[in-house]
Amino acid sequence: MHVAAPPVVARTRRPGVIIAMAVVLLSSMVAALALGAVSMPVGSVLEVVGRRLGVADADVSLLDDQIVWQLRLPRVLGAAATGAGLALVGAVLQSLTRNDLADPYLLGISGGASVGAVMVIVLGVSVAGITGSAMLTAGAFAGALAALLVVLLLASDRTGALPPARTILAGVAVGQICAAYTAFVVIMSGDSDAARRVLSWTLGSLAGVRWGSAIFLVVVTLVVAVVVMAFASDLDAFAFGESAAGSLGVNVSRLRWLLMVVTALLTACLVSYTGAIGFVGLVVPHIARMLIGVRHHRLLPASALGGATLLVWADTAARSLVSSQEIPVGVVTAAVGAPVFAVLLRKARKRA
Amino acid sequence: MRVDVRAVSWGVGGRRIVDGVSLTCEPGTVTGLLGPNGSGKTSLLHVLSGLRAPAEGAVLVDGRDLHAMDARTRARRVALVEQHASTDLDLSVREVVELGRIPHRGRWPAGAAEGGEAIEAAMRIGRVAELAGRRWQTLSGGERQRAQLARALAQEPATLILDEPTNHLDLGHQLDFMRTVRGLGLTTIAALHDLDLAAAFCDRLVVLNAGRVVAQGPAADVLTSQLVADVYGVTAHVERHHRADRLHVVWER
Ligand SMILES: Nc1ncnc2c1ncn2[C@@H]1O[C@H](COP(=O)(O)OP(=O)(O)O)[C@@H](O)[C@H]1O
Ligand SMILES: [Mg+2]
Repeated sequence: MHVAAPPVVARTRRPGVIIAMAVVLLSSMVAALALGAVSMPVGSVLEVVGRRLGVADADVSLLDDQIVWQLRLPRVLGAAATGAGLALVGAVLQSLTRNDLADPYLLGISGGASVGAVMVIVLGVSVAGITGSAMLTAGAFAGALAALLVVLLLASDRTGALPPARTILAGVAVGQICAAYTAFVVIMSGDSDAARRVLSWTLGSLAGVRWGSAIFLVVVTLVVAVVVMAFASDLDAFAFGESAAGSLGVNVSRLRWLLMVVTALLTACLVSYTGAIGFVGLVVPHIARMLIGVRHHRLLPASALGGATLLVWADTAARSLVSSQEIPVGVVTAAVGAPVFAVLLRKARKRA
Repeated sequence: MRVDVRAVSWGVGGRRIVDGVSLTCEPGTVTGLLGPNGSGKTSLLHVLSGLRAPAEGAVLVDGRDLHAMDARTRARRVALVEQHASTDLDLSVREVVELGRIPHRGRWPAGAAEGGEAIEAAMRIGRVAELAGRRWQTLSGGERQRAQLARALAQEPATLILDEPTNHLDLGHQLDFMRTVRGLGLTTIAALHDLDLAAAFCDRLVVLNAGRVVAQGPAADVLTSQLVADVYGVTAHVERHHRADRLHVVWER
C-alpha cells in the first residue's frame, strides 16, 4: 500500500547501523591497542587480553603484557568512555535547549575546571595532602562543580525553571569570567612551564588515564547512558519545542533540571580527568543525526558509539603521530572531525 | 469528554492575562474561541491543555481536576495543536505523527514499537497517509496542519484543543480542515479568527476580550453587530445568508 519510500526515509530506519557502529568501535579499540610508539600484531594484542581475561592460554612476553594491558588498554577504555560520554551529553543538551551549538561545556563546566586546574598547576593549591595528578583532578572537578552551581543559580528564573536561552547566556558569562581568571593567573605567574602545562591541559589529554580512572570513567558514562536512554522519548517530544513537549505529557522543567544536572556531572567527571576535549560533543551528535535520524532511542546510542570511536582514533593519533611527544587530543579531534563534518554538511545541503 | 472551566485566572507578574473565565463544553461539541489578538486565547488554551496551572479556579474534565492529573495521563485525554508548530529537525511525517504515542509509551525498552494501529488510523483520518515518508520541512502549510492534527489524534485524546488551526490556510483548506475536525466527534475547543467560519462550524462560541469572557452561546446569539463593534472596533452587519442559511458578517470599510 505504501509508495516506495525515498532513500532519505530508509536512512532513518536502517536497522543494522547501531550494530555496525558497535563492531567498528570494538575493532577500533583492538587496533588502538596494537598501534603506538611500538606497534605489534593484532594477534599478540588478542593473546595478551585473552590471557588476562582467562579465556586464552597463550605465552605472552612481559613487555607486551605491560604495554597492552597496563598502558594502552586503560587509555583506550578511557578514550572510549570519554568520547561516548561527551557525545551523549552533546546530543542531550542540543535537544533539551533546541540549540545546535550546545555542547558539553555549555554550563561553564570546562571554564570552571580550568580555574581549578590553574589553581593546582600554577598556584600549587593542595588539600589534605593530595598532590600531583590526583590533586589536579580534584581541583578541576571542584572548579567544574562551582561553575555549574553559579550557572544554575543565574539561569533559573523565579519559578525555578531553566529557560534554555538564559542557561546558555549564563554559561557563556561564567565561562568568560573563568577564562579571564585563568589567563590572569597564568600571565601573572610568569612561569612559562606552568603556562605550557595549563595550555596542554586545556586542550585535553588521556595520557594520565590508568586502570583506576579508566574504570571510573567507564562506569560513570554507562550510568549516565542508562539514565538518558530512559528519557529517550521525552527528548523526542522536544522536536516542536517545549510547550509541544509539555502537551505530550513531559514535565518540562523537571526533565530539564534532571538531565542538565546529570549530564553536567558527567562532563565534570570527564573534564577533570582528561581536560576539555573539544569538538566531540558538539559535532558527533550532528553527524549521528545525519546518519540515523532524530529519534533518540537510536540517536543516543549512535552518538555514544560514534564519539567513542572518534576519540579512540584521535587518542591513538595523539600518542603515535609524533614520536617522543604527545599532541593534545583536542587538536586531533578538531583537525580530523572538522573536515569530515564540513563534507557531511555539504552533502546534507545537496539532499535538502 | 465534558470540559468544565470554572472561574479560571492566569497571569504573569501581577498582570491577569486570563481573567475569571468560566465555560462548559459538552461531550462531542465544537466550541469556537474568538477574540482579538492579545485577548488571551492562546494563554487560555494553554491552561486548558494543562501546560499552565491556573492561579485561580479549576479545569475539570469529566469531573476530574485536569491540573491534579499526572502529565502523561493528561496527555492521553487532551491533545493540543499549537498556533505555530515549527522545528529545525529533519523529521518525516510519520515520525511527527508517532510523537503522539509518547504519552502511551513506557520507558523501557526505549523506542519499542507501539500503537501502530492508532498511528495508521490517525494518518488516515488526518489524510496524511500518502505523505508518510515526506520530510516535514518540505510540506505546505495545509499539509503541516494536517500532520499536526494526525499527531494529536495519535494521542487518542477525548478532547482536542486547536490554536488558530486555519491560519495560513487558503479557503479550500480551511473548510477542509474544519470539516475533518467536525467529523471526529471529539470535544473540541478551537481559537478562530474567521467569524463566518466559526459561525458555520461551531456549536457554541466564546468571545474573549482582555482576558475576560464577554459573550458565549450559540453563534446566532453571540455574533451581533454590537459585539463586533465592541470587541473588534469594527462596524459590521451580521446577516443570515439567504442561500447558505448561515450567519455572515459583513464589515464596512
Ligand atoms: N508568558 C507570558 N509572559 C508575559 N506575557 C504574556 C505571556 N503569555 C502571553 N502574554 C501576554 O498576554 C496577552 C495575551 O496573549 P495570548 O494569550 O497569546 O493572546 P491571543 O492568543 O489571544 O493573541 C498578550 O498581551 C501577551 O503578550
Ligand atoms: Mg494566540
